[in-house]
Amino acid sequence: MDCNELVELVTAYLDDGLESEDRARFDAHLLSCDGCWNYLEQFRVTIRTVGGIRAEQIDPIYRSRLLNAFRDGPASAGGNGV
Amino acid sequence: MTGTTDETALIAALRRGDERVFADLVDQHTAAMLRVARGYVPSHEIAEEVVQETWIALVKGVAKFEGRSSLRTWLFAVMINIAKARGIRERRDADAAMAAFTGGTVDPERFRDAGDEFPGHWKADQEPEPFPDTPEGSALGAELMAVARAELDKLPDRQRIVVTLRDMLGFDSAEVCVLLDISVANQRVLLHRGRAALREVLENYLRENG
Repeated sequence: MDCNELVELVTAYLDDGLESEDRARFDAHLLSCDGCWNYLEQFRVTIRTVGGIRAEQIDPIYRSRLLNAFRDGPASAGGNGV
Repeated sequence: MTGTTDETALIAALRRGDERVFADLVDQHTAAMLRVARGYVPSHEIAEEVVQETWIALVKGVAKFEGRSSLRTWLFAVMINIAKARGIRERRDADAAMAAFTGGTVDPERFRDAGDEFPGHWKADQEPEPFPDTPEGSALGAELMAVARAELDKLPDRQRIVVTLRDMLGFDSAEVCVLLDISVANQRVLLHRGRAALREVLENYLRENG
């Protein structure tokens, strides 16, 4: 396996989606190639970084519109009857 | 993953009309739903309508909610259906373009060419270098997140949707394939392209600012 092939298989590797033979070749290549080892680590850091992105705050006016929908909905039928 | 948490109490609270529980859910999921909805419809306003309809569908449907999927998966599934019905963007062209694209995700200039002793291997000055450690809460970590978020917004719709669901929100591969009605292979291609683009942007950023 060459470096330019390995870089296209990283997501499959991380998802455990490689055939066992390809996985063995991938692992063997990693052992002898610092560049690809680093590439894989960069990919992992990238995934962690995206995982750390927090959803932004929503617009408060929009938010209250959503909450009103709940207040008016059938779920509040047993409540205090707005 | 979150799909396995017991949501019985949560559902019961919604059925009772507990507004605080509903507000918490809205705060937890709305921004992410808007982000994904935006990939299907032509404007932020329509995405807001789609997401609002989804919450109304939950209010109407909670009495019958059977808990066969997690509430979050249910919300995204319903939202995507509503978005698709509203979506004006034509998807098939994009799919065909993607299938036809066979190029690599790394600049081919970084690899040695066919005449080299080790064709297809990194050129000596092009080998990836380790990214620096970015402990949680570190300034560099926050910078990288901002860079990644900006690039995520620029990805083609389908890549952005898959990367958002998988890596930002933590849905697993099987869930994403069902939600988006795509094959495992297709999902993997989209995810890989998106991640590779993000990786490249982070690498460039760190080279210039690291």
